Amino acid sequence: MSRSEDILLTVKHVKHKKSEGTLYMMGSRMGWMLASKDTFNISLNYVDIKVQKVSPDTKEKVQLQVVMHDGGATTFHFVNPAGRAVQVKDREGIKELLQQLLPKCRRKINSELEEKNRMLQDDPELFQLYKDLVVSGVISPDEFWASRVNKVKEATTTNTQDIGISAAFLADVKPEADGCNGLKYNLTADIIQSIFKTYPAVKLKHTEYVPEKLTEQEFWTRFFQSHYFHRDRINTSSKDLFFECAKADDIVIRSEIDKPMLNPFTDLSAMSDSTLSEGYGTLSRDMPAGSSHSSNASLIKRFNQHSTMILRATEVRTVNGSNKHGNDNGHIPSAKKACIREKVEYNDLQPKNESIQGPALRLTHPDRYLQGPTPLIATQYHTSEEILSACQATTQEIMGWRPNLPNVLSASSAVGVLGELSPGGALMQGCTSQQLDQMVPKDIQQELRQLYIALCELLRHFWACFPATSKSLEEKVVKMNGTLERFKSAKLQPFKERIHSFHFNFDLVGHMDEMLQAAYQKYNAWYTKRSAKKL
Amino acid sequence: MYRRRTCQKHSLIILTFPPSFHFPSIHRINLDGLLVYFPYDYIYPEQYAYMQELKRALDAQGHCALEMPSGTGKTVSLLSLIVAYMKQRPLDVTKLIYCSRTVPELEKVVEELKNLIEYYERETGEPSTLVGLALSSRKNLCIHPELRGQRDGKEIDARCHAMTASHVRNRHQEDDSIPVCSYYEDYDAHGREVPLPPGIYDLDKLREYGTEKGWCPYFMARYAIMHSSIVVYSYYYLLDPKIADLVSKELSKKSVVVFDEAHNIDSVCIESMSCVISRRTVDKCHTNIEKLQECIDTIKEHDQQKLKDEYLRMVEGLRDANVARETDVVLSNPVLPDEVLQEAVPGGIRNAEHFLVFMKRFLEYIKTRLRAQHVVQESPPVFLRDISNKVCIDRKPLRFCSERLRSLLRTLELTNLQDFSPLTLMANFATMVSTYTKGFTLIMEPFDDRTPTISNPILHFSCMDASIAIKPVFDRFQSVIITSGTLSPLDIYPKILDFRPVTMSSYTMTLARQCILPLIVSRGNDQVTISSKFETREDPDVIRNYGNLLVDLAAVVPDGVVAFFTSYVYMETIVAAWYDQGIIDQVQRHKVLFIETQDAAETSLALANFQKACDNGRGAVLLSVARGKVSEGVDFDHHYGRAVIMFGVPYVYTQSRILKARLEYLRDNFNIRENDFLTFDAMRHAAQCVGRALRGKTDYGIMIFADKRFGRADKRQKLPRWIQEHLKDGVCNLSTEECVQVCKRFLRQMAQPFSREDQLGHSLLTLEQVQSEDMQKMIESRAQHG
Repeated sequence: MSRSEDILLTVKHVKHKKSEGTLYMMGSRMGWMLASKDTFNISLNYVDIKVQKVSPDTKEKVQLQVVMHDGGATTFHFVNPAGRAVQVKDREGIKELLQQLLPKCRRKINSELEEKNRMLQDDPELFQLYKDLVVSGVISPDEFWASRVNKVKEATTTNTQDIGISAAFLADVKPEADGCNGLKYNLTADIIQSIFKTYPAVKLKHTEYVPEKLTEQEFWTRFFQSHYFHRDRINTSSKDLFFECAKADDIVIRSEIDKPMLNPFTDLSAMSDSTLSEGYGTLSRDMPAGSSHSSNASLIKRFNQHSTMILRATEVRTVNGSNKHGNDNGHIPSAKKACIREKVEYNDLQPKNESIQGPALRLTHPDRYLQGPTPLIATQYHTSEEILSACQATTQEIMGWRPNLPNVLSASSAVGVLGELSPGGALMQGCTSQQLDQMVPKDIQQELRQLYIALCELLRHFWACFPATSKSLEEKVVKMNGTLERFKSAKLQPFKERIHSFHFNFDLVGHMDEMLQAAYQKYNAWYTKRSAKKL
Repeated sequence: MYRRRTCQKHSLIILTFPPSFHFPSIHRINLDGLLVYFPYDYIYPEQYAYMQELKRALDAQGHCALEMPSGTGKTVSLLSLIVAYMKQRPLDVTKLIYCSRTVPELEKVVEELKNLIEYYERETGEPSTLVGLALSSRKNLCIHPELRGQRDGKEIDARCHAMTASHVRNRHQEDDSIPVCSYYEDYDAHGREVPLPPGIYDLDKLREYGTEKGWCPYFMARYAIMHSSIVVYSYYYLLDPKIADLVSKELSKKSVVVFDEAHNIDSVCIESMSCVISRRTVDKCHTNIEKLQECIDTIKEHDQQKLKDEYLRMVEGLRDANVARETDVVLSNPVLPDEVLQEAVPGGIRNAEHFLVFMKRFLEYIKTRLRAQHVVQESPPVFLRDISNKVCIDRKPLRFCSERLRSLLRTLELTNLQDFSPLTLMANFATMVSTYTKGFTLIMEPFDDRTPTISNPILHFSCMDASIAIKPVFDRFQSVIITSGTLSPLDIYPKILDFRPVTMSSYTMTLARQCILPLIVSRGNDQVTISSKFETREDPDVIRNYGNLLVDLAAVVPDGVVAFFTSYVYMETIVAAWYDQGIIDQVQRHKVLFIETQDAAETSLALANFQKACDNGRGAVLLSVARGKVSEGVDFDHHYGRAVIMFGVPYVYTQSRILKARLEYLRDNFNIRENDFLTFDAMRHAAQCVGRALRGKTDYGIMIFADKRFGRADKRQKLPRWIQEHLKDGVCNLSTEECVQVCKRFLRQMAQPFSREDQLGHSLLTLEQVQSEDMQKMIESRAQHG
């Protein structure tokens, strides 16, 4: 996380509680250091900052206050000896930086929280576990999530689906007259993102000019003043900041036009097979637009470009150039063919394709799939004829079979067998477990399951510490051991007592005890070894 | 109500036919004694009826006009029947010439043909002996490594000519440094004797075959169409006299000619016979003549004999051509009148230099005419009298201009013929103006009407009679079939093309569910009448209401929405107004917006992106123009066009003098009233636009006519029957709000599952069903004979 610790801005001569020091702005936090020290006296994570406040211009003191989420507030007083103007400048610098940084961090923390929340909601078991372990204080939330950090990350990364750009994003800017001969544009971060995505050339300009040559605000003012934004873009003078952007866009569109068309049905320029040369035919097909309408024509052209850019923006990110090789010359005829083929197909005149195309099943060892595990017995192989004849023979035998019922079994042995097979009989011993779910009340089952899950989770944490190579791990082992014991006394023991009242003749928690025992043994072994080492 | 019915039907069907039940597939249909192989397992009733009608026309060896909705398998019906006819009665029909409009459509036809022939081979078990091929311009066929990547067709034509002209090749034999096309050379040396092996050749396959053999595919195809059974090419190869003369001259008389998508065939005919001469053309002609003069001077020094030979040829006249025409082996060329063939070239222009002087004089005359400060409109006889009075040019030599120039260019062995196209144009004009006294008009405009201050003189030589260009086709070939999805009203086509069809029919689409929803929206939510008529088209209320209609539909309709305007200019003004009114923004909130422009490449990109946006689920709106390239050539099937809106009645620009002249001509000669023709023309384009949305019975689409005038009987009745029959009175005067409600209900219905079982027996038939007597009666009763 070295990047977030990069110092973005330092401002000297900042007083906090009457002592002067230096304010440092970093990637994820801001810090204040007494002039004489080299550690931060105050360190505030942006994540924790709720809002920043500045003193009004009318006030003599130039101050900036950050209010934290927990209600606390820290006030910085800018006391640059060079005068008030510089003080204000210092503060503005901090303010603007904070303005940019705060939303970013907030979004990050929010998204993380949201993600965790979502995971808990999606997964009831996890939620129960969370309740059991975290809410009851067995382990801390950080620990709980620490082991799941990968999952969280994974979930967040897979879920960042790129959102397409609304075609009307420029319309959202909606200029409003502010009443004093000016226009107000509503510009949000989303719109800026959209503009950047759609017009990479503008983004380039932005990085080039902001903040060195122009401030953010100036840049956007220029942008909206520019003819680039306005419809009559024919008048773009070369002085305009966005002149090059317009040119770059034209180049992009040109290159798109020059790409070979894959679909012959949309390629208008190659469509006609007319042989009429210049001078033949009538001119009056449609009145060609005169030069008087060129502004309208350019407006139309701009709409097309805009839409094309929007589609391109979404495409570039999803495709990521992976289909570049699809543009090989060899592919064009086949793509063309496919288009034509598709056009001449009448799917209702053709018989339905009976086999519904599902995803193909890919097997590395098809025999395993087809046969399943077979016991390792030397089997004799039969030819299919033999099998057929065997089948026939069996059928015939069954056809001809006359059950000779009275002589199957003697009466006494039949009674004996029946007795063995009734509940309580010798052959029915193992069958009691089948009724376990009926014998144990539902709530006990539920509780047992939860306990199991919770214990497994804890044990997972415990075992994950081995081999305990670092100090922190060692600490954790000790802590986990304590946690296990706490769990045993706080959860398992009361449960055992409850079960006792039901007088089950079997041990429901035996396995859990065993698992705990194993953990204790491991811990003891490890502990003695460690203390021996220390000694 | 509707939904419940479908549900019941579902359960019923499931009871009757368990899923494993297999319907017997169609193999051969007995069609009045003709066994037709139909390459699908099922058939639409209208396909069957269509084939029946087609067969009647072929039996009678006459022409016919047939209308059948797009997406009901017109092409496959045509091909199946005609191929069956050719196979079983090889003496009656020897060749099928299939003309379509665009290159992708050609390829589509060839693909269907391929399917059919494969099916034949599968069913009969023996390889087919038919040769079928597509022919297109050099642009699509050339495999010469230097020319292949080029996009400009003219450039390729010119360079090809520069390498393949006979005199170039002669010179090459003496001097190796003169480049020739090795593919053409190889083809000329070996390819002509080897007939194309049986099979179906699309453009790609022709190129492949050519590359494999090292032969030029273009010339191979041009040669092969003479003895192949099926030829698929563009209209122009038959209708444009300049090229028909080169390519299609010797096609067999016993051919069946199909003009598919023929709703605009009259415009194609007129285009191919008209020309436009501007000041620039005249100037270029001057340079051309100077160049020719130089050439003649140089050739005089070196090779006097050549010019003498040519002179002699001129004396002999165009006798060969005359013999050919008399013996009826060639398609006649409307630019080459009979009189020209019988006579020798007049003395005044036999000599090359004299001819150039003659052309110069003619050019000067045109120049003075172009200098006029006011609009002049006159008929060819008036023009001829004037030219005779002023510069003493008679009609007779003028007629020979075209042939004379061609001969001269040949003699002078010029390679860059493309450079001389202005002069060729001028000569063609001279020939045509002196040949046709009727059916043409000359209009000289000193300036564009919208920019009266800028002098831009133009001479329009405009054909007004579509029948002139197509007459040779009707005369020569035994059966000509005019067909399209929108050919209403049917009776107007025989009139304007001047032919007598033996049969005319219009078919509707039999539908198991009503999958098209034509609606007429006549007012906005504020009850303001919406219409694109001239008086109100600029009205902000109308524009706003149009915009609201689009916004509301964009919000309701999934995937693609296509809107058509009456013209580019109108679309541009509306889009600008919409931008100011914020309607564009609202549309963009729902869908991505694309707009057709006059630049074909740009529009292609917009179209490709439009489809992409429909494919990835964002949905898109395309604003387009009736009569534009998109409306003529691009399908918006399935999710590409769930709704089509026609903003206004797409009348042609009525102030055009050419149009006015044509309307007058039609009134005087064909008894077609101006208004009738204008409405007919507007409605066929409107139908064309909205018809783009539907392709097949599993597709569905909303068709919105947003203009009050569509509700009038004269307009409604000119719509194709398959649209008209769903345009009930109740949906002919809707407001935007009502329209949206109707659309919503329709879309919900269409979202219900729709399976083959729902269609079967009604709009989809099996072999047994199609052969049953009841069904045949039903089919017969549904067709409307013109």
